[in-house]
Amino acid sequence: MTGPEVGAGPEVAAVPEADGAVGATAAETVALDALRSRLADRAEAEGVLDVAWRTVDSPVGPLLLAATEAGLVRVAFDVEGHEAVLDRLAAAVSPRVLRAPARLDRVAAELDEYFAGRRRTFDVALDRRLSTGFQRTVLAHLREIPYGETASYGAVALAAGSPRAVRAVGTACATNPLPLVVPCHRVVRSDGTAGRYRGGEAAKALLIALEARS
Amino acid sequence: MPFDRVVDQHGATVLRVCRSILRPADADDAWSETFLSALLAWPSLDPDTDLEAWLVTVARRKAVDVVRGDRRRAVPVEVLPEPPAGPSFDEVLARDDELLTAVRALPDRQRAAVVAHHLEGLSHDEVAAVTGRSSAAVRRASSDGIAALRTRLTS
Repeated sequence: MTGPEVGAGPEVAAVPEADGAVGATAAETVALDALRSRLADRAEAEGVLDVAWRTVDSPVGPLLLAATEAGLVRVAFDVEGHEAVLDRLAAAVSPRVLRAPARLDRVAAELDEYFAGRRRTFDVALDRRLSTGFQRTVLAHLREIPYGETASYGAVALAAGSPRAVRAVGTACATNPLPLVVPCHRVVRSDGTAGRYRGGEAAKALLIALEARS
Repeated sequence: MPFDRVVDQHGATVLRVCRSILRPADADDAWSETFLSALLAWPSLDPDTDLEAWLVTVARRKAVDVVRGDRRRAVPVEVLPEPPAGPSFDEVLARDDELLTAVRALPDRQRAAVVAHHLEGLSHDEVAAVTGRSSAAVRRASSDGIAALRTRLTS
């Protein structure tokens, strides 16, 4: 009953997982998907779902969204490697990490509206624990840059009270844990080019262009 | 490590353990309780723990809880509670790997009949109704299964 069936067709054979996990049959995979979803609901109800995440498609590629009970804690681009991002969340926040879409439904809907040009600000609670010190100060000033406009790194350094910390502002923006929602893409080089961005310079240019025409 | 990966790597094995002991709906409950307990314990778990062995042990306890109808407990404070006192089936099962292994080794129909009748307390007619087989066939499968267990465990 549990041994491999010699000559069995692929429809009944165990399917090896790409990551080397124990192979599950197709029927088991279906059952496990339902069980995982139920586990996420139970974990949320019991208050032990420390980090919920899901992915969404977007014009700048697949995005990983992660939230604690306090709020949205991380938005990650595909180029960052979603598995690596989850590893860092497990280490920095809590290893109680589960794919649990429900907690991210609202921000996913707001991102859809944003990319459709129908939303200019985000109304979800943010958990800013992944940024501290000067970065936190810098990111707090970004909401002062209106939708559709840009500011130079130097201007943001001045607003943050450290006019000579232009490079540090660049680093703070380039490592923003909440890109898109905290609009670091609106901070550009003084020569008008986009500059560094977690999602890549092309993604940054796309966002600036999107806001310019909406 | 994100807990998701524990489910990726061991979810199927735990499901098979639960299904070897319980009917599908009850097996799902035992699976859920197992991973909920594991999630609770995950941040403080010794990194050297053999995860699969640990999860299988938890799953067996949870399966026993489900058989006992003790499934309405909230999240337990201990992942591996001491077995309850009393010479009931669950204690025997929790303690006796040999019996469990023997039950799991039975042919499908015999195992289903033995588990449903002797461990879950359904009558042969109820087992017949659940499985869609005749009462006589269920009775015979159960009887053959018990005979096979007796042979195996006394040899």
